[in-house]
Amino acid sequence: MTDAQWEVFSYQSVIGAAVLYFLAMLAYFVELAGLRAVAPDEEVGDRRTAVAGRLGLVLTVFAVVVHFVALVARGLAADPNRVPWGNMYEFTISGTFVVALVFLVATKVWGTEWLGPLVTTFVVAALMAGFLALDDAVLPLPDALNSYWLVIHVVSAVISTGAFTIGALLSVLYLVKSRSTSDRGYLARVPDLPKLDRLSYRMHAFGFPVWTFAVLITGPIWAHQAWGAYWNWDPKEVWAFITWVVYAAYLHARATAGWRGRNAAYLALVGVATLWFNFIGINFFSSSSQHSYAKSTGAEHSLVQRSAVVDVLATVEVAQEVRVVVRADHPRL
Amino acid sequence: MTDLKHRPSDDRQATALPMDLTARELARWSWRQVTSMRTALVLLLLLALAAIPGSVIPQENIDSLAVSQWRDNHPRLAPIWDRLDLFSVYGSVWFSAIYILLMISLVGCIIPRLFVYARALRAKPPRAPRHLQRLPESTSYTCDEDPEVVLTRAAKVIRRRRFRVVRLEGSDAVSAERGHLREAGNLVFHLAVIVVLVGVATGSLFGYKGGVIMFNGEDYGFSNNLTQYDDFAPGSLFDPSVMEPFTFKITDFDVSWITDGRRTGMARDFVAHLDYTTEPGAETQEYDLKVNHPLTIGGTDVFLIGHGYAPVITIKDGDGNVVQSGPTVFLPTNAQTFESFGVIKAPDAQPDQLGLEGTFYPTFAMSRDAEGNLSMPASVFGDAYDPLVSLFVYTGDVGLDDGSGSSVYVLDKSRTTQVMKKDGQPFRMDLRPGDTVTLPDGLGSVTFDGLQRWNKIQVSRTPGSMVALTGVVAALIGLLGSLFIRPRRVWVRARRRDDGTTLVEVARLDRSNGAVPGESTELADIVGSLRGSEKESS
Ligand code: HEM
Repeated sequence: MTDAQWEVFSYQSVIGAAVLYFLAMLAYFVELAGLRAVAPDEEVGDRRTAVAGRLGLVLTVFAVVVHFVALVARGLAADPNRVPWGNMYEFTISGTFVVALVFLVATKVWGTEWLGPLVTTFVVAALMAGFLALDDAVLPLPDALNSYWLVIHVVSAVISTGAFTIGALLSVLYLVKSRSTSDRGYLARVPDLPKLDRLSYRMHAFGFPVWTFAVLITGPIWAHQAWGAYWNWDPKEVWAFITWVVYAAYLHARATAGWRGRNAAYLALVGVATLWFNFIGINFFSSSSQHSYAKSTGAEHSLVQRSAVVDVLATVEVAQEVRVVVRADHPRL
Repeated sequence: MTDLKHRPSDDRQATALPMDLTARELARWSWRQVTSMRTALVLLLLLALAAIPGSVIPQENIDSLAVSQWRDNHPRLAPIWDRLDLFSVYGSVWFSAIYILLMISLVGCIIPRLFVYARALRAKPPRAPRHLQRLPESTSYTCDEDPEVVLTRAAKVIRRRRFRVVRLEGSDAVSAERGHLREAGNLVFHLAVIVVLVGVATGSLFGYKGGVIMFNGEDYGFSNNLTQYDDFAPGSLFDPSVMEPFTFKITDFDVSWITDGRRTGMARDFVAHLDYTTEPGAETQEYDLKVNHPLTIGGTDVFLIGHGYAPVITIKDGDGNVVQSGPTVFLPTNAQTFESFGVIKAPDAQPDQLGLEGTFYPTFAMSRDAEGNLSMPASVFGDAYDPLVSLFVYTGDVGLDDGSGSSVYVLDKSRTTQVMKKDGQPFRMDLRPGDTVTLPDGLGSVTFDGLQRWNKIQVSRTPGSMVALTGVVAALIGLLGSLFIRPRRVWVRARRRDDGTTLVEVARLDRSNGAVPGESTELADIVGSLRGSEKESS
C-alpha cells in the first residue's frame, strides 16, 4: 500500500474503533439501565442486562484491536515510517488506546469490568475531540523529534497518562459513590469505597515511577541532545513538573499524612487536571514552547492567514503541486 | 473510612505552639514545624502552584523577545511584574525559598529516619503479640506434633521465604520479618532528590550557555573564548578559565528540502560538517553536526540549533570606494519559507552614511490579488531556487559612530531619512545574484554578489548534569523499592494444650501502604507448607 492508502486506512480504522467503543458504551448503558433496580448481591435475573454487560466488554476488546491497527497504519503512512507520535492528533489516538488497554489489563487482573461505562465514554469523547479538533497531516518528524529517545520518552509518558487517567476515573467513582445512598443499581454494585480507593492508589503508584522516568530522565536526556539544555523551563516541561509534584504530593499525603479516600481522590483529580491541561490546554496560553508538536494546532490558523502564499503557488514552477504546510514554528531546525 | 488516619510512622506531626516559650523552645518548635509531614506536603503543593506563572508569563531566560513585547504591551503592569520577579520565576527569591525550605525540611526529616533505620536493621524481629488471633490476618490449627518440632519446621519454612527469622529467648513462638528494603528505598529516594538538586545547582552556578551565528566556509572560524560569542549566559560562579580551548569551522552545510508530495516545503536532515581541534595545535578532526547529535569536547557540548541565509552584498559609496562587503546575517521571519529580514550598515560611506534594510526571499514570487494584479511579494519555498533581496535605503546617522553598540539586526531610523524616488515613493531595489543597482543622488551602488549560509551554534557546559542524572535514576530505583516492596512480619506460635494436642497459631502483618488483609496468599502458603511437610514427615 502507498503512504496515502495507509493514511486513509488509519482514519478508517480510527473511525471503526470509535464506532465499536460507542457501541460498547451503549451496551454498557443498557446494562446500567437494567441494573437500576437490582441489589448488589442479587443475581442479575434479566438476561438482556447480563448479555449487554458481556457485550460491552467484548466490543471493547474488538475496539482496542482495531484501534491498534489504526496506530500501526498511521506509523506506516509516514515517510519514512515512524512511531505515530508526531502531533497532537497522534498523541490523542495513542493515549486513548493506552487508556483502553490499561482498562482491559486491569479487568483481567483485578476484575474491574465495572469501569467499562466510564472508560468507553471517556475514550469515545477523547477520540471525537482528537478527530475533530486536532487532526493534522502525517508529516515526517522534524529533526528534533527524530531520536530513539523520543520513542522511549513518549511510550512512558503515554503509559503513565493511561494509568493516571484510569486512576482518576476510579477516584471520580469513589467520590460519586461516597455521596450515594442508593443500595441498588450500578453504584451499589461497584466495589466498596476502600477497594476503589486502593485500586486508584495502585494505578497512581504504577503511573508515578513511569512518569518520573518519562519526564525527569528520558525527557531531559532527549532535550539535552536536541536543544542543548536538559531543562529549559519550557511550558510543557513546567507542567510536566507540576504534574509530577502533584502526584508526589498525592503519594506523600497517603504515606505520611494518612490521607485516604476523599482527600486523596481530590488530589488525584487535581493531578489528572494538570496532566491533561499540559497535553492540550497549555498550547493556548503560551507560545514559547519548544515542543514542536505543540504547534500543530496553531498551524491551522496560520494556514488560513497565509492564503496569500497559497495563491502564489501557481506562479512558481517548483511549487506546482505544493500544498503549503505552514508551521508557526520559530526558525529552529 | 477516616480521611486522616494517624499511623505509627507519623513520627512528626505539626504541633500547636506552646505558651510562654524560651528562645530554645521556640527554635525547637520551629524546627518541628519545618520538618513536619504536613509542612512537607504544603511545601510540595506550593511548589506546584509557584511553578504556574512561569508557564504563562514570558520568561527572560527562555524568550527575552517575548518579554520585551509583553513589556511594551503592558507598560503599567510590567514594573509590578518586575518587582515580583515574574519574568524570571524560576530564579526568583520566592520560588527558591520554597524549594530550599523543602530541602531543609527533607534533610531534617530524613537524617533522623536514617538513624532509626540503621537501628531497625540491627534489631531482631519483634516478639510475637500475646493475642495473635487479633491481628488482621491470622489462622490456627491443631496437630499432634511436639511444639518444638513445629517451631523448628516453621523457622525453616519461613526462612526459605527469605524472611529474617528468630526464636526469642524463652518464647513459645518464632518471629519473622522481611521487606526492610522498603524503608531503604524511601530513604534513597529522598536523599536522591537532594543529589539531583545539587547536580542541577552545580550546572547553573558553574556552567554556561552561549550562542554564536557562524557563516559557512573556510574563512570563518570559532575558538572557544568569551569574545567570540554573540550571546553568552554564564552561571553566577562561572570561571572562564574552565573553557576548553577548542576551535571549529563549518566547512559545509547540507539540508534536504522535500520537493514533491504533500511534504513539499519541509526541510530535514540538517548536517553541518565541522572541522575542529580540541586545543591549539591539536590534529584537525571532522564531525557531522546534526540535530540530536551534539559534538562533545571534554565537558562541553556543541549543538546545531538553527540556520539561515546571508546575502553577500557589496556597497560602494559616492566616491566609488567599497565601504561594505561580505555576507550579512538575515534572520528568518518565517520558518517554512525562510523569508528573512536583515539590515546592512555602511557608516563610513561618503558623502552620506548608508543603511539598507529589507527582505530576502529564497524563492521569490509575487502573489496576485483578486483582480489578477501582482501584489504581495513572498517567498514560496525555503530552498534558494530564485533568491532575491529587496532593500530600502536610508541615509543619515545609521548609528555605528557613536559607539552606542546598537544591534546589528536593527536599523535605528530616528536620525536617518529614507531615500525616495522622483515620484515620492520609497526607493526600492530588487536584486538577484549578480545584479548591481546604482543609488540615486550619487550615493553609490549596491551589488548582490551571491549567497552564503549561516548556522546558529550553541555551546554549553553543564557540570553536574551526570550527578543530576545519577540522582534521578537513584531516586527512581528508590521509589520503586518504596512503592512496591512490602514490609511484613509473620509469627508462628505452638503451644501444648491440656488435651495433649498442639495448637499452632500463625499470623501475618503487612505494613505497607494500602495493604489489604487477606489479599495476599502468603499466610495460607506458609500454613500450607507447615502442614504439608507435617503430612510428609508423619
Ligand atoms: C522534594 C520533596 C519530596 C518529594 C518529591 C517526596 C516524595 C515522596 C513520595 C513520592 C513518597 C511516597 C513513597 C511511598 O509511598 O512509599 C514519600 C514518602 C515519604 N516522605 Fe517524602 N517527599 C518529599 C519531601 C519529604 C519531606 C520534606 C519529608 C519529611 C518532612 C518527607 C518524608 C517522607 C516520609 C516519612 C515518607 C514515607 C512514609 C512511609 O510510608 O513510611 N518527604 N515522599
